[in-house]
Amino acid sequence: MPSLGFASMIVALVVCVYGIGASIYGVRADEDRWITSGRRAVYGLALTLLTAFIVLEIAFITNDYTFSTVADTSSATTPLLYRMGAVWSSQEGSLLLWALLSSLWSSLVLFLVKGRMREVSAYATAILLAFDGFFVALAVFYANPFETLSPAPVEGAGLDPLLRFPTMMIHPPMVYSGYTLCIVPFAFGAGALIARKVNMEWIRSTRRFALASWLFLGGGIMLGALWSYSELGWGGYWGWDPVENAALLPWLTGTAFIHSLMIQEKRGMLKVWNSSLVLATGTLAIMGTFLVRSGVLDSIHAFGGATLGVPFVILIGAMIVGSIYLVVSRRSLLRSEHKLDSMFSREAVFLLNNLALVGLCFVIFWGTWFPLISKALTGQQASVGPPWFGRYTVPLALILVLLSAVGPLIAWRRSSARNLMRNFTLPLLGAVLTAIVLVALGVTGKPPAVAMFCLCALVIVGVVQELWRGARVRSAATGQMLPRALVGLVSRNRRRYGGYLVHLGVAILFIGVAASSSYQHGLEPRLTVGKSAKIGGYEVKYVKPTASVTPEQDSTHTGSTLDLGAVLRVSRGGRYVATLRPTESYYDSGEESQGSVGHLIGGQPVSHIAMSSTLARNIWSAVEPDISTTRFERIIEVGNKTIPITKPEDGMIVLAYLAREYLKHTPPTAFNLKVQPLLNWVWIGALIIFGGGLIAISPPPRSVTRRVRARAARRTVAAERDLVSA
Amino acid sequence: MSPVASLLLILLLGAVGAIVSAPLSSARRRRAKHAGDLAQLEAAREAKYQEIRDAELDFKLGKHSQEDYEAVDATLRGEALEILDRIEDLETAAQQQR
Repeated sequence: MPSLGFASMIVALVVCVYGIGASIYGVRADEDRWITSGRRAVYGLALTLLTAFIVLEIAFITNDYTFSTVADTSSATTPLLYRMGAVWSSQEGSLLLWALLSSLWSSLVLFLVKGRMREVSAYATAILLAFDGFFVALAVFYANPFETLSPAPVEGAGLDPLLRFPTMMIHPPMVYSGYTLCIVPFAFGAGALIARKVNMEWIRSTRRFALASWLFLGGGIMLGALWSYSELGWGGYWGWDPVENAALLPWLTGTAFIHSLMIQEKRGMLKVWNSSLVLATGTLAIMGTFLVRSGVLDSIHAFGGATLGVPFVILIGAMIVGSIYLVVSRRSLLRSEHKLDSMFSREAVFLLNNLALVGLCFVIFWGTWFPLISKALTGQQASVGPPWFGRYTVPLALILVLLSAVGPLIAWRRSSARNLMRNFTLPLLGAVLTAIVLVALGVTGKPPAVAMFCLCALVIVGVVQELWRGARVRSAATGQMLPRALVGLVSRNRRRYGGYLVHLGVAILFIGVAASSSYQHGLEPRLTVGKSAKIGGYEVKYVKPTASVTPEQDSTHTGSTLDLGAVLRVSRGGRYVATLRPTESYYDSGEESQGSVGHLIGGQPVSHIAMSSTLARNIWSAVEPDISTTRFERIIEVGNKTIPITKPEDGMIVLAYLAREYLKHTPPTAFNLKVQPLLNWVWIGALIIFGGGLIAISPPPRSVTRRVRARAARRTVAAERDLVSA
Repeated sequence: MSPVASLLLILLLGAVGAIVSAPLSSARRRRAKHAGDLAQLEAAREAKYQEIRDAELDFKLGKHSQEDYEAVDATLRGEALEILDRIEDLETAAQQQR
């Protein structure tokens, strides 16, 4: 089967080359059939890559270690769910996934624009196939997922334990979908510039894909944050890691594009800006992919020892040079059709929001790439940490939240002072009231956080006011009850109210970020059994240790061999609050050099945190048991000497003995404890953003679409003109 | 390569070949000259109608004063009429070409 997979990749490469040629020839020679054949090459590519992916997936499921990548990243002891996801845990498999997702999204967009934008979509087809071809070529020539081993090992190395976390099965496909979807508007934007058809149609046709990339990338980023918070044992969800930042950059420019494209749709303005944004978003998506695969920066998310830097640098260089050439050479076509009517308009707010988003993007870009820049200039790799990012991103985030409050409250084109007063009174009162309550509660220590709470109140009251007024208008017009009117209002104006919900989610998320980062308490005590530590008004008592020999008793089903942990009792003022059971899991490293018992727990240990979680606060705990004491090392040493390597089941008996000894003679144990106010608001806000995004992206109800189509079919242009004139 | 893998590869090649080559046997070579322009104008018309509806909703929600709304609405309808004129011109030209 490896040969079928590899042959599919070769076919895929040939299809890419053919499709590029057919599309360009078709549009140059004005031959529709070649354009269509080029488009269909994308469908063929998707089918071919799907075949290759299925071959690889079957190899992982069936533990076929003749595949080198299966032997390196999976094992029989890796649970099935994680084996299925292990396909994209390697450089090779993830390249294939990238190309597959890209071909699927490309097929979908080309199917949807079939028969429209002939020249633009032909060039876009060629560009999409060029990207797909690039990734397929990397997989064929640099990182072949179908490379074989002979003889095949009897057991694989297993999936990195850190990746054995449910959201990690969804996180990479979501981020890759986000990245690959960024390429769709890029291809159509570039295609429109090449074809000199820079009007609205390409924007309208790819708008949903821009939104989808934003949605997937955002979802992927948040799942990564959840993984970091739940799995990495440091209690944070955002560490300004280069790879995390790299995913955030196209998301930020994508957010700017989603806003500014509305100005082009409505007013024919900002064409240069939009073209530049869409090209920058695509380029940043590829740069993010480059960071993970090139090995140029240290990151927990990057593929170690990766060597794909040079091809990516060439691709990124071509994208930057090509983008600049296209925008500069087509600047006469990109002139605005209108001018800004008033600074008190939604267009003006969107412009400011774009500037703030691009400013934020620039700051994060600089901080992320600073190590490489400093190395190039001084020969030494310096890096900037969270305080540096905080210094610049916090003020910009405050400005963005302010603008996200103002946007929904202000009209397109122009707003009078009286209308502004009418719309802003209540939200401003909400913000002022929030400030008063915070001062009364004594929450004054961190001015940026207090400012953020007030601005978030401005957003929340503003959005609620918009929903309320809209529902009332609809209720008055239709006679429906308010809740039904509200549903109808959102359903019929999905883009507008989906967007407002996103703003609401952003406000809730930022409340969580501001509160949890500014007012959290952290402590890293070393406790013996029976001792307590005090943190943030809570008392945490180390009640007893826990130990289990797995996999049978592995509560988190990650395929660990030994779990050591603790039972913690949390109380406040003597009153019981919660019981926490953090553990640390140990895994088989598969390295015989560590000994017959040593290798059973020689893999990278992974922390499974425990927390008591409410809307108001999280009490978060992680444990780091100490098994490096003489007593435990002696047990492993004796086990290594007496148990043959071929009898891992006997090795497990030694581990059971070690676990019993750990319970009887528990050494002082290191804990990481945190009390984080409002942290769950981060996840709730993210869910609301995702929900709002889904509403905004979804097509209007079928009844409305049917009615509009029927009306359009009935009307002649003359009749329509009469209606518009009326 | 095993016989099953070979068979699957042949099937894949056949399917991809059929998908890609089918349009090449089509007799239709060129599309109507004005079809692309018409599609663009229709997209512009739908966007303008949406803008008219948005302005109306904004007015009902109290974001526009009566005067502002009337001015904005008149401008938008004027722009919509311009687009409709261009659509009509294009349709007339297309009919004459036929």
